[in-house]
Parts: sequence; C-alpha cells; structure tokens
Amino acid sequence: MSAPTKVTAADFDQIVLKSSIPVLVDFWAEWCGPCRAIAPILDDISAEHGDKLKIVKLNTDEESAIAIKYGVTSIPMLNVYVNGEVVKTIIGAKPKPALLKELEGFI
Amino acid sequence: MSTEVREVVIVGSGPAGYTAAIYAARAQLNPIVYEGSVTAGGALMNTTEVENFPGFTDGIMGPDLMDNMRKQAKRFGAELITDDVVEMDLTGPIKILKDGSGNTVQAKSVILAMGSAYREIGLANEKRLSGRGVSWCATCDGFFFRDQTIAVVGGGDSAVEEATFLTKFAEKVVLIHRRDALRASKIMQDRALSNPKIEMLWNTEVIDVLGKDKVEALQLRNTVNGEISERNFTGLFVAIGHIPRSELITSSIDLDSEGYVKVDAGSTRTNLSGVFACGDLVDHTYRQAITAAGTGCQAALDAEKFLSH
Repeated sequence: MSAPTKVTAADFDQIVLKSSIPVLVDFWAEWCGPCRAIAPILDDISAEHGDKLKIVKLNTDEESAIAIKYGVTSIPMLNVYVNGEVVKTIIGAKPKPALLKELEGFI
Repeated sequence: MSTEVREVVIVGSGPAGYTAAIYAARAQLNPIVYEGSVTAGGALMNTTEVENFPGFTDGIMGPDLMDNMRKQAKRFGAELITDDVVEMDLTGPIKILKDGSGNTVQAKSVILAMGSAYREIGLANEKRLSGRGVSWCATCDGFFFRDQTIAVVGGGDSAVEEATFLTKFAEKVVLIHRRDALRASKIMQDRALSNPKIEMLWNTEVIDVLGKDKVEALQLRNTVNGEISERNFTGLFVAIGHIPRSELITSSIDLDSEGYVKVDAGSTRTNLSGVFACGDLVDHTYRQAITAAGTGCQAALDAEKFLSH
C-alpha cells in the first residue's frame, strides 16, 4: 500500500468520514518534533496494513478548523474514525510496537 | 543472533549520545547508536532557540543542533539505528542488547545515554487529561492555546522558557511556583518577569486538575497559609523537572535514590565493568546540552581506554 496521503477540509468528509474502512488521521505540524519522529513509523504501518486501516495526515497549521473541531490540544494526535465517528484517540509519539498494540483492533 | 561482537554500543541520542558517537567513531571503534524510535535527538528536539551552546553566535534551533550532531557522528562512520533498546544484559564481559524490532547486538562495552523524561506532578486527573489540556511540551502544543489563559507549573529554566514561549500564542500565562523565587537563570527570569503577558503566582502548588473532557480549572494551594482556591485555565503545562530513564537497568546497575546512574567521581565508569554512563542519565545538577556533550566525550574516551586494556 502507498504512503499516507494528505487530507484537507475539502476532502475530509469524503476520505475520512465516508470511508468504507477505518481511517487513522495523523494530526501533525511541521514544527512538532515528535510528529516528525513518528512519521516514518506511520509510513511503515501504512505500507504494512493500509488495506485494513487507511492512514492520512492532516496539517493542523493549514487546517486548524478541523483540528479545533476534534479538540486537538496536543500533537501528534492520532484519531481512528469508523463510519464517521472517532473510536480511538492516541496522543503523543509512541514506538512502533506500542502503536501496533493500540491499533490491533483495526489491523 | 549475530555472533559479531561490537566494540561499543551507545544507547541514546541527545548531545551525550551523539558526542560519544563522534569520539568513538573517530577512535575507529565503529559504534552502533540506538537513537530511540520516537526519542531520537533527545530533549532538545522539543526546544526552540538554544542561545548558550558555545560556537553558535546567533543561537541555533534545538532540532537543528541535534541534526548537526547526528550528521557529524554519521560522517565518521557511526552506525545509527532509529529504534529503542528494550532489554539489556550488561553484567557479563559480553553485553547483550535487544531492540524493539527483535534484533540482538553484542558488545564489549556500552555507553548509556538515555537521558531523562518529564516529571509528572502525580495527580490522577493530570494523567486523565493529558493531551486534553495537560501538556509537557510547549513547543508542540502551545499553538492550540491561542488567545487562552494557561498555566505553567515549575520554577526552573524550562518552566520559564515555556512560559515565555507560550506568550506568543496565549492571551495570558500564569507561572505557578511553590516557592517565592525562581531557580531559572537570571537572564530568563528577567525576560519572563518583564513580560506583560506573564503573571507570577508565588508560593502556590497545583493539587488537582479539574474538567470533564478537557482542562477547565486548577485547584491550587498556597504553600504558606494552606489556603485552597480554584482558578479557570484551559491549559496546564507541566515543567517541574525530569526523571532519569534508567528503568531498563535498575536491576543491574547502581543507581542513586532518585534513579540516576552512579559513576565513579571524575569519570563515567559505572559499577559494571565496560559500562559507562553520561548525560542527563547521570546528572541531576547541571543538565545542560554542553555538559551532556562533555560527559558524552568522557564516556567515549573511558570506553576507548577500557577496550585498549
């Protein structure tokens, strides 16, 4: 599967909320060190499990309205959406084994 | 398991770990550096401007400084692995380290440079509301508190730096400190105390974080008269110091009562032969990028000497 793609306000509804499979949204920003640290881990998880869990990235600087809507106060924040609802929130950078464990219900 | 036995493995990648790597690589020890999967670069990755690292006349951004050190270590041939060490057996003459991907490495010597983690106040609601208004990283999260009133708890350099940084976004920053004077360096104190957006709340400690799904208020206690009060805040930034990341080695290495690794005076030698420790993992006094780099250098030289005997 491919690397995580970018979502914006324009396609959030279509790509995330109306997806037929669970979607993990990575709320991140350029200036956030821990966000950069987990980016390659999310790339890996996307490559390995993208058929079951779609991974997308939302830049909180560019899309602050969505970040505010979902109550983001700490990044990186990973929200998993199923049928348009947030079913899981992971806050802070975690090593790959810890992330996989948190996501085991979806992959 | 590979049967190759390396000369030295360095665990950690702040200024201590990378400096040890630069020296060990230049000494032809062919070091492996476990950088940490999400902690690579160490504490400076979450800072902004570093103004006191010698050699950078106009200051340098913390992440840029660490990127430079990393590249310098790499240039001399250090093998950098962006993964965590999850198990260490350091007691025998051959040290065995296992990483988060299940690989095992053997080495004649190990340099421990795992640094430290943020200290928590220790309140149940602090944990519950972590990422819901409670934060340990102003540079990561400050942006989300635009035009709000937020609290910073602590009195050292990091608390004062965070408070000052947060005024870029917040309408007001209240710096809560349990004593009547700050421990932070004079220049940073002056900067904070003269900032019109910063209010000092002296002799005060946070005893509870209130809020259902997000931080709404703090319960405070005056440390002089014991008076309890409540005040509305939408964010709480905790900067009350650090705890050493010594959890992997507690059973095998001599630690002091606070969990810092004990080393022989004037060296980086631990109680285990061939195991050296440096940086914030050892140091509860200075805790500077430059002192960490200095002890990282010492650790590499100590390891080199050990290996040559």
